[in-house]
Amino acid sequence: MGLFILRRSGVMIITALCLTFIVFVMTNLYPNLEKLAKTEGNFRMSDEAVASWLDKNGYGQPMMVKYGQWLGVLPGWTRDSEQGVTGRCLSGTVTVEEAAAAPSYCGILQGDWGYSTRFKTDVSEIIETRLGNTAYLMMWVLILMVPSALLIGVLAGMREGSAMDRSLSTFSIMTTATPEYVSGVIFIAVFTSSTVGLKWFKGTATAAMEDPNFENFFLPVLTIALYGVGYIARMTRASMTEVMTAQYIRTARLKGVSFRNIVVKHALRNALIAPFTVIMLQFPWLLNGVVIVESLFNYKGFGWALVEAASNNDIELLLAVSVVSVVVVLLTQLISDIGYVFLNPRIRIS
Amino acid sequence: MDPLTWTGALAPLNPLFAIALLLLAAMIVIWMAVSMVTAGTRQIANLDGTVTLAGNPQAMAALGLRITFLAVVALALAYLVLGLLLGTGAGIVGAIARQMLPTWVSLVVLFALSISFKRRLGLYGKLFDSPIGMIGFGLVMFWVFTGIYGAMDLIATHDPLAQVSGMKNKVPGTPLAGAEEGDYAWYLLGGDNLARDVFSRMVKGAGEVLKYAPLATLFAFMVGITLGLPAGYYGGRLDTALSFLANLILAFPVILLFYLLVTPEIVATGLPQFMAVVLFAFPLVFCGVLIHSRFRTQPSKNYIWLAVVLVPLFLLYMSLINARGSKIDVWPLDFFDIPGGVLVVFVSVVFVNSPTVFRIVRGLAMDIKTRDYVAAAQTRGERPWYIMLWEILPNVRGPLIVDFCLRIGYTTILLGTLGFFGLGLPPESPDWGSTINDGRKLLSIYLHPALPPAVALMSLVLGLNLLADGLREESLRD
Repeated sequence: MGLFILRRSGVMIITALCLTFIVFVMTNLYPNLEKLAKTEGNFRMSDEAVASWLDKNGYGQPMMVKYGQWLGVLPGWTRDSEQGVTGRCLSGTVTVEEAAAAPSYCGILQGDWGYSTRFKTDVSEIIETRLGNTAYLMMWVLILMVPSALLIGVLAGMREGSAMDRSLSTFSIMTTATPEYVSGVIFIAVFTSSTVGLKWFKGTATAAMEDPNFENFFLPVLTIALYGVGYIARMTRASMTEVMTAQYIRTARLKGVSFRNIVVKHALRNALIAPFTVIMLQFPWLLNGVVIVESLFNYKGFGWALVEAASNNDIELLLAVSVVSVVVVLLTQLISDIGYVFLNPRIRIS
Repeated sequence: MDPLTWTGALAPLNPLFAIALLLLAAMIVIWMAVSMVTAGTRQIANLDGTVTLAGNPQAMAALGLRITFLAVVALALAYLVLGLLLGTGAGIVGAIARQMLPTWVSLVVLFALSISFKRRLGLYGKLFDSPIGMIGFGLVMFWVFTGIYGAMDLIATHDPLAQVSGMKNKVPGTPLAGAEEGDYAWYLLGGDNLARDVFSRMVKGAGEVLKYAPLATLFAFMVGITLGLPAGYYGGRLDTALSFLANLILAFPVILLFYLLVTPEIVATGLPQFMAVVLFAFPLVFCGVLIHSRFRTQPSKNYIWLAVVLVPLFLLYMSLINARGSKIDVWPLDFFDIPGGVLVVFVSVVFVNSPTVFRIVRGLAMDIKTRDYVAAAQTRGERPWYIMLWEILPNVRGPLIVDFCLRIGYTTILLGTLGFFGLGLPPESPDWGSTINDGRKLLSIYLHPALPPAVALMSLVLGLNLLADGLREESLRD
């Protein structure tokens, strides 16, 4: 078990390095840098001016060197000029003495996430507040989604082919066929617009960042949760129907155990092993939904930061966002693997 | 011209339809509740040895459900048929019904032919034994026909890009301002915020979606199959390396990947074209290996088949990746140019989908390779690729076809996501994602621009899901 976790963690670190390197290369391609230079400097820069701006700000170095500096395994660049010293680890132009006092390594490993060119603050600050907002949203999504999906799945799967099964399965197929941007639009149209007249909820969740309440926060949560519910419910149903045809259930039935007790005491625990993995692997897709819903409901969270960073080619923020999302995805994969082994006694003991 | 109402002369049907819908909803709830409380139908053994099926509340609830369902379907059909007869006399519903006449005719012909010959049509025919599969197939074919006839300009009432002054954000059924002879006199589903016809855009959007989604899924399957079969069959190092790559792509949040790939700057570097060079080569490799592994021992037949299949494919491939004035401009025989924005959308959708297909094929191949017929082929001395493509692949077609249907739906959602974020496709493109994105900004005041494409996308994906479910059910039956 220890070796297994160790090996998985090793693979995870390699994957994270590869993925961040890909993002790094793609954000540092020359046309992207040119765009950055023009937005930072001015839009009518000549090609030479762009090249010198990039050179002055440390973007002119080889790709691997830049990546190493961002990661914090190579010393940050410095540049002496007549006004003083500029550098990766220095803020603005400083004197030679101050530059000597500053740390020479500053990357992710040292906890320095860089500076956002879009928001003009430290990236770590943005990530912290935005991730907090999204974490709150996700918490409610999970609170709504997981129990209802499991309930639907178990109810549908306990009597295969029954009326309950057919109607709930149709419901779950319908939710998987409705992506967030469709259900979100329909919800906003029906529940918030003045034309329909059911003004039950607010159409934006901007106010929910300070003061989340049922009126302004329920629709975004519902929109994300609904798309995930169908998939988890179908997986739960499949695993429940499989368990219900198992030998030990038949034995219990023949012994005269009541149907209720069979479901609650014998079937449920075994049927919930597979959905656990599914829920964990659902996280990358939830992230997708978060980005859509946050821009649809104007909730300034992590997904919103991603959109802002990507559309303004804010390299450091984009890298930080991808690091966080990749780590979240890989961590949930790791947890799902370990959890599966832990929950399933057949694997755990052998 | 007067504005059209929703149902026009059919207005007396509306209360009936509302009642039928309410009853249907009530019956579904009752049906579910009854099935929770009572056990299934009871069998009563009679004294003379026969068995009677006892009628009980559940059977009655099911009967009630069936009756109300039939009533709703009958009323919907009545709207449709009367709408076809009355045209604009039956309001917007009638006008749309008549406008879509080619679609209805094709659907009726297709279903009549398929149902009468269903015993001779294999798995496709069996689809018509399952009501779920039939509903799904009907929905999908409805959009397919709408897309085809829409592209032939048989359905759309106006140019999807034309802006008519005075029609901005007008409600459904508004008469066209300044209509001339030969113009269709109404905006059936209203105008959007650039005064374009919502109905025509929705119809054209179906064509856009159906042009890209199935093709992208097909390419993803080619890539997934060509890499997944050897990974599952050989195992070992190859499997480890390919699986690592697949997991790498899968761990990438899709939306981040899209944002990184689908920007004008990345298109300018030629990266999508280089990815296209790699990804679009897989169908060539797949077809080449498929033919060669079969006819390896009959060289003359082999060369003919290879030439017949590979030469057109190669020309197509070169035309696809080659574009004048871009990074790859080497091939003289270029039949068509794909706009950079469309190419990058296509490539990234294929790129995102193929690892999942790879994992499915790999798993299936690992399962099938332990079968006796594979061992028999190995003993006969067949080459590995023959075994993979002609022994294993035909035997995993069931799950692959089902997944293909599901994946087209998923690709449609992905394309919609791209459109929703305004990535890649040109901004005036009528595809559903972009239209939803355009319409959502004024959603709290004007519903009509955003809702039709949203409902269209939902019904297409729902149809594909139901179709996949029906196929799965029917392929498991035998």
